[in-house]
Amino acid sequence: MTQTHGKTVESRPTVNFDVRHLILTNGVPILFLALSITMAMVAGLNVTFLLNEVVTRLARNSLLVLSLLIPVTAGMGLNFSIVIGAMAGQAAAIAVTYWGIPGVRGFLLACLLSTPIAAIAGWLAGNVLNRAKGREMITSMILGFFANGIYQLIFLFLVGPIIPLKDPAMLLPQGIGVRNTVDLINMAQAFDKIWRPVIGGVRIPVVTLLVSAGMCVLITFLMKTKIGQDLRAVGQDMHIAEVMGIKVDKTRIIAMILSTVIAGWGQLIFLQNIGTLNTYNSHEQVGMFSIAALLVGGASTRRATIWQAIVGVILFHTLFVVSPLAGQRLFGVPQIGEYFRVFVAYGIIAVALALHAWQGRQVRRQAIKEAMLTE
Amino acid sequence: MTQKLKQIIVHIGLPRIIIAGFLLVIFITAYITDMSVPQLITDSLVRVGMNGILVLAMVPTISCGVGLNFGLPLGVLSGLVGALISMERGLAGFPGLFAAIGFAVPIAVVVGYLYALLLESVKGQEMMVGTYVGFSAVAVMCIFWLMAPFKNPELIWAIGGKGLRFTLTLGNHFGKVLNNFAVFKLFGVKISGGLLGFFLLFCLLIYLFYKTKLGIAMVAAGANPVFARSAGIDVRHMKAVGVILSTVLAAIGIIVYAQSYGFLQLYMAPLMMAFPAVAAILIGGASLQKATISNVIIGTVLFQTLLTTALPVTSRVIQGDISEVARLIISNGMILYALTRSTGGQ
Repeated sequence: MTQTHGKTVESRPTVNFDVRHLILTNGVPILFLALSITMAMVAGLNVTFLLNEVVTRLARNSLLVLSLLIPVTAGMGLNFSIVIGAMAGQAAAIAVTYWGIPGVRGFLLACLLSTPIAAIAGWLAGNVLNRAKGREMITSMILGFFANGIYQLIFLFLVGPIIPLKDPAMLLPQGIGVRNTVDLINMAQAFDKIWRPVIGGVRIPVVTLLVSAGMCVLITFLMKTKIGQDLRAVGQDMHIAEVMGIKVDKTRIIAMILSTVIAGWGQLIFLQNIGTLNTYNSHEQVGMFSIAALLVGGASTRRATIWQAIVGVILFHTLFVVSPLAGQRLFGVPQIGEYFRVFVAYGIIAVALALHAWQGRQVRRQAIKEAMLTE
Repeated sequence: MTQKLKQIIVHIGLPRIIIAGFLLVIFITAYITDMSVPQLITDSLVRVGMNGILVLAMVPTISCGVGLNFGLPLGVLSGLVGALISMERGLAGFPGLFAAIGFAVPIAVVVGYLYALLLESVKGQEMMVGTYVGFSAVAVMCIFWLMAPFKNPELIWAIGGKGLRFTLTLGNHFGKVLNNFAVFKLFGVKISGGLLGFFLLFCLLIYLFYKTKLGIAMVAAGANPVFARSAGIDVRHMKAVGVILSTVLAAIGIIVYAQSYGFLQLYMAPLMMAFPAVAAILIGGASLQKATISNVIIGTVLFQTLLTTALPVTSRVIQGDISEVARLIISNGMILYALTRSTGGQ
């Protein structure tokens, strides 16, 4: 009796430590997992329906979330300007729809077309962010808004008189500007449709998921190359990286170009799944929702991994699906759930940013203390 | 000669010269196309008075060293709650307006104090944290508007009897009371003495505040915290004063805005309120570290006149509404310009 008691006491510290460590390092995803499960139970959702939704959304959104990883590694924080990549993707989608190129061929051409646009935009964004070191996140957010203005200028006023797009079905009644919604009839589900087996009632868009998996492998591989090492070094400390002979500004621009290009492809995957393009709205929320998803996965503004991205997408979108239904069940008002998920998206970003800033200060304080002690 | 010209340009600032030139072109176009120029100026002045105090709210946070107050929605929400309490009680006219302000200010003080505590612990990232705290607060308040215990049938949905409406008409309450007060005509331009006077009164009050001991200490704490500390100024306290002042001004600002607009907009409407105010003060020549009352007045006049006149004038030349696009590009371009130019931060 005493022996067994002693044993449990002995073994407890290690178990305790592990659990505590697990919760401490993964507190955010665990919290959201609990929240999602509770809400799903409250909403009384059909499991197959939920799984279907989550798998679809995972395929639809994961590339966009993955596009955030490289700038985080390069120490530039959460790249709110991935909306610019999304705009490049949309421009390509509009062009391909106008040319009427069908199916997978049209989708791939759109990806090809979006790449140079996104690369140039990413290069410009990188240059702007290099002039705002230490304020990258707010600058990238405003940059996204600014680019939205340019995008609207192009698609509302220049398409028609200057850019030769003549299809009246795509133009606004007065013949200038693209319509608010463009039916991506040729591209719709082109990629998802290639192979979509139904397993246990859940439709799985295998090829789309494989593309995201491929991107994960590619990013992992990239991080092992010279560029990846440079990115990490710049992310850790710009001054030391500079001393080591790394071209800091150039590396940061590369990070932005890669991020923007991947975001462009991500938006195309998103659009082909949805099937219609809201010319002036589809891109607006991309940055915020992707960032919120990444943070729900447990990432911070300084560290984000592929697994955090994937877990984050699953948890965030589960919450997205269940919260309006839970709001309906609990209060009889579905809007409460809707506003709750908007709050989750904004709130998680606010908390992550606040934590990041607070931790940064603690680290700096510690460094000052140590420096004083050594003196 | 060119040297002198360059000096003048640097002194006035290139953004202001470009926007003023743009305005000149707009007014000339208006004159040529037989539009009523006095009417355009009348409309612009209303917009200036409508937005002025919200822009003024940027000054305290900039001068106390916190930077641009992207958390403006916090103050705006406090103001909305104040206005709603006044409306729930069925108050109208000037008593309604002053009651709204009276209810809003204490709420704004508490909210501002809590916001200041948060900002103190996230030094260096105030703008980014402020933006998202503001956004989250708007979302939380959306839930609050749905559940809030307001009973006045004018405020809540006709069906269901619960939850506030999206937009509330202020006609029976304090709508346009300032706008319609002391109106006079000058060269065909209708000027609302009440609205503009109220704005200028607050400008004067803030100007006088910066002449007091507290105001001077606040500026010192913002300009050089280390020096201020050695001079015996409690920097943390000064920052809290600045943030609270800004939040209070935002609360009053939204009430003035709503009475001029004639509607109280709830739910997601306050979400992006900070950005036009930020853009206006930057257009006025403020930086992330320094802002004056003249920056507020010049910036509000230039920005709001541009927004007001761009739509009717350009629609004569270009098809479609380009003013929304122009607003996006100009305001965010201006914020970008300020973020990428100023030194400091990290």
